[in-house]
Amino acid sequence: MRAYKPKDDVQKKAYYTDRFYVSPQVPKFSVEDDEVFAHDLEAIKAKVEVLDAYIQVGQMVVFIKPEDNYKVLELLRDRCEYTQLSEMSAIDWLAKSGGFEIFYQMLSMNKRKRLRIKMFINKGEAVNSVEKLFRSADWSEREMFDMFGIEANGHPFMKRILMPYDWQGHPLLKTYPLQGDEFAAWYEVDKIYGKEARDIIGPELRDTAKVDRYDSERFARLGHEVPKGTKITGNEPKNEQNYQEEGGVFMIKKFDKKDSVVIDDPQR
Amino acid sequence: MAQHKINYTQNGGLPVALTSIDKIVNWGRSNSIWALTYGLACCGIEMMASGASRYDFDRFGTIFRASPRQADVMIVAGTLTKKHAEFIKRLYDQMTEPKWVISMGSCANTGGMFNTYATVQGVDRIIPVDLYLPGCAPRPETLQYGVMLLQKKIRANHASRAQKAKRLM
Repeated sequence: MRAYKPKDDVQKKAYYTDRFYVSPQVPKFSVEDDEVFAHDLEAIKAKVEVLDAYIQVGQMVVFIKPEDNYKVLELLRDRCEYTQLSEMSAIDWLAKSGGFEIFYQMLSMNKRKRLRIKMFINKGEAVNSVEKLFRSADWSEREMFDMFGIEANGHPFMKRILMPYDWQGHPLLKTYPLQGDEFAAWYEVDKIYGKEARDIIGPELRDTAKVDRYDSERFARLGHEVPKGTKITGNEPKNEQNYQEEGGVFMIKKFDKKDSVVIDDPQR
Repeated sequence: MAQHKINYTQNGGLPVALTSIDKIVNWGRSNSIWALTYGLACCGIEMMASGASRYDFDRFGTIFRASPRQADVMIVAGTLTKKHAEFIKRLYDQMTEPKWVISMGSCANTGGMFNTYATVQGVDRIIPVDLYLPGCAPRPETLQYGVMLLQKKIRANHASRAQKAKRLM
């Protein structure tokens, strides 16, 4: 099992140390390049403050203030024909800038355009729910709460969606270990048998490839099986593998090819 | 005219077979292992294929039941998540004894490739397992072989004695 390394400051560290390496950037274009997007951006700018806007990979990205998200999405749905919220979630930037980036991916079937509304919130802040505008936001916002702990104000059922209700921690945070913290490691044992059962059941065996051929409690060497708990020396006699016991089984006749009849005539 | 004529004079002259209670009860038990439908993931598809006409589990007397109260063996086919762990324990407790558990596939055996926070690392952390089937996913032949081994195990036990209570702890 690999040792767990804390990932609290992993975003601050350089992950690549080549001095001459220039990380590739997806080129950004001005919104004026696209007539449809420029018109949409004008409509947004007329209503709320826009922090930044550009086109990347053919999609417009608009940065807004977090308190304006409901207004902007309502405008896009009712005035600009962006009738679908195809995806929404958050990105964990806690280590880098102390908060989350939340994005709303919108689709207009009439205009054949996709645009993305982005906003930045600080740690511990809640966002306005857009569930009243788009039904798809119902589960997406619950998932965002489940995975990041960001609550949506005005959501009708703000509960976890994937993890159990009594789960502790938010698994998609970058500080959350992949194999779980202590709560996650003992969750099912604690819940079913109680904390006192931890010593009996033991910790999780995380190395699934680990095989100890001298361990007769958990492993059996195929063809050389011994009773559970026997000390294995390595030169166990070979056991014959068969489906049935020696001498046959009560009331069950073994198939004998000699006694069988092959019917050649299918009509008989 | 009857096509199959019964010869009452063979085998010592009487249509009677002498045996012990143990053997006849074990014969009944081992040839009617009703399985609980427990398809949790892709292994469940292989389990269904074993039950369908090509592999035909019915000829072993293995009929899938949708209720734990009618089932003898629980075939845990697939990934067990931590959210689901309490329910597998509840269903196992609802099964009437004697009962057996087959852990089918890598995920049920050890957690398999899901070495994550949300997966139970082997169902034997929750319920006692009689038979582990390797594979990802095991072929229907593997499951059939597993059921035949389970039949062998049932026949080797004393039916007249109460099944030794299988408790994890």
